[in-house]
Amino acid sequence: MSPAAVVGLSLVLFVLGVIAFFVKRDLLTQFMAVEIMLNAANLAFLGLARGSARIDAQVIVFFVMTVAAAEAAVGLAIILHLYRRRKSIRTDELDKLRG
Amino acid sequence: MDSEEAEGLGLVSRRFCFIITPAMAADIVFWILAVVSAGAAAAMIISRNPGHNALFLVLCFSALGGIFGLLDAPFAAAVQILVYAGAIMVLFIFVVMMVDPRTPAPPERRKRAKILGPAIGLVLLFELGTAAWGILANSNRSPASGPGVAPADVGRRLFTEFAYPFEITSVLILAALVGAVVLGKKEEPES
Repeated sequence: MSPAAVVGLSLVLFVLGVIAFFVKRDLLTQFMAVEIMLNAANLAFLGLARGSARIDAQVIVFFVMTVAAAEAAVGLAIILHLYRRRKSIRTDELDKLRG
Repeated sequence: MDSEEAEGLGLVSRRFCFIITPAMAADIVFWILAVVSAGAAAAMIISRNPGHNALFLVLCFSALGGIFGLLDAPFAAAVQILVYAGAIMVLFIFVVMMVDPRTPAPPERRKRAKILGPAIGLVLLFELGTAAWGILANSNRSPASGPGVAPADVGRRLFTEFAYPFEITSVLILAALVGAVVLGKKEEPES
């Protein structure tokens, strides 16, 4: 379990998140893809800090998770609000701002 | 009985010349969890049902929690399971239940995005891989695993050196809470 393997896994997860974000047309699933990307970043932090007995990585992971939780709460509230108004959360139907 | 079993196992392992060291066991568990988490993320791309997607994400985050534990970070592993696979995903599932239960899921209208998305992903993979390769090749860090970081040390660090960011985080959470409540409120009819 070398740092290279861990960083490789985090890379694969991040790219899967990016692909999911672009391929999906469903706001909720796109939001989940963002969460996958955040977790990939956390994994890279922990994988690179391993063996050096640094505590900082875990503290940063803690902050990332806190911000992710706040972001999830607000984002899901926005999605609910949008659904109440438009009856749809498909991003190809929400094109009112397009010129 | 236990000693007998242990002897038997020793005999078997001697006969097959197959000894699993703790490091090897950690490697095997790491690869299993890695395949599970990446597979769950890939299944999320294929599946069309948001409810299933949320459950795949729970699987992915739980496997990542196990990997965090293997990386000598028990605090991060516990928080990952509790906060991510627990709290945040429950929030997601609530919203999946409140939003459309029977997603119409028509065939994707824009085929262009279906090709463009993976193409961008591959370019990004190549780019990030090159960057990571450069960093990992230049740093000759010893892969020896040091002693794990105890959660108490993390807490001590959090309340001394990082106390200021920690307090700002609480303000951020308060703001998010108020914002979520305001956004989630039912609209009053204008009268």
